[in-house]
Amino acid sequence: MRLKLTVNGETRELEVAPDRRALDLLREDLGLTGVKEGCGAGECGACTILVDGATRLSCLLLAAQLAGREVTTIEGLAPAGQLHPVQQAFIDCGAVQCGFCSPGMILAAVELLRRDPAPSRALIREGLSGNLCRCTGYHMIIDAVEAAARVLRAGAPS
Amino acid sequence: MIPVFTPHSLSDLWAALAQAPGAMVYAGGTDLLVKRRAGLLAPPALIHLERIDELRGVEERGEWLRLGAACTHTELLAEALVQTQVPVLVAALRVLGSPLVRNMGTLGGNLCTASPAGDTLPPLYALNAEVELLTPAESHRMPLRQFITGPGQAALPPGAILGSVWVPKPSGWTVQHFEKVGLRNALACSVVSLAALLQVNGSGVTERAALAWGSVGPTVMVCPEAERCLIGRHLSLPLLREAAAKAQQAVSPIVDGRADAEYRRTVAGNLLLRLSELV
Repeated sequence: MRLKLTVNGETRELEVAPDRRALDLLREDLGLTGVKEGCGAGECGACTILVDGATRLSCLLLAAQLAGREVTTIEGLAPAGQLHPVQQAFIDCGAVQCGFCSPGMILAAVELLRRDPAPSRALIREGLSGNLCRCTGYHMIIDAVEAAARVLRAGAPS
Repeated sequence: MIPVFTPHSLSDLWAALAQAPGAMVYAGGTDLLVKRRAGLLAPPALIHLERIDELRGVEERGEWLRLGAACTHTELLAEALVQTQVPVLVAALRVLGSPLVRNMGTLGGNLCTASPAGDTLPPLYALNAEVELLTPAESHRMPLRQFITGPGQAALPPGAILGSVWVPKPSGWTVQHFEKVGLRNALACSVVSLAALLQVNGSGVTERAALAWGSVGPTVMVCPEAERCLIGRHLSLPLLREAAAKAQQAVSPIVDGRADAEYRRTVAGNLLLRLSELV
């Protein structure tokens, strides 16, 4: 099918099998390898992307479902050469270990903070409960989301 | 490669189904696409329902609430009508999957998947919900308890879809409770769950009770003996123990990778004891 969508702010039009997974489309056809494949079954959150601003599991979305949608991957979260406050907080707080879960964690955190600019640690845990970190660095990840929330509330560009 | 249809209305949907007989429909894809990738399903075509407005939304219609089958769990959680009228469903939705799964998975999908561990099923059994099935020719309502016919089996005729879920507006319940025991807190199938509605009067006497358990039988289990045992009596821990014993006799749990049958039977009863803390 001829698929038209917006990816990281750019309009794209490509020929793609309609039943191709969004994950494969983004990684292999568009080279956006920040989208990770963990379980391929919706249980790990590594493949999280934003579709029209809301988190989606790209392993459970087909290309046809992206028609006309606005997709954001970790690559497009901030303008080139800049970091989103959540990305910066992950660095500052040591929330990145092997890094495999980081794109999904960060995008899930961005959506969480859009909904709730001042979540408690318990709500951050709940908000990120669909994203698994096999390095188990959850404390630093939660520290980072708290830190990013403070920065965002103080008015840094999001 | 198979075709994927994107209907924007019910009439588009019927046209797609006519064009691709045998096509499977899905809304969130959190179940069907996993099974397809695992090689358990090989549909000749797929139709996704997420852009059909007629299948979405929540509204009051007389004495009923209509929940669109393609509402995601996240959308339902955000609906004021759902929050105020059916907190028992809210409690179940809050522990279903994960925020990511709730952003995609839908109420209709949870029901059509018909897993005895489906988290929305026990609340909707307890509430005596009905489902509305649609075909190009007609719509037809039936009790959810009849719609679900076995583990993974629903009475959805070929060419029909689940359009809406109808919930009688609850009135008089003083307790709407749901509790799930899983292997971990998030992203866990229930090992045992209980939805309980109670109407307890000012003197502490139970006037009405509706109980439904998940994951302890081939479908959601109800136990009229346990409900009757509570009615007309003062709700207390000893009374709940009596009802729990009846529930433990009634359930027929299976052994699987998550728990053995005896554990499930024990927990099915014990979950009732929690009600003593809520009245």
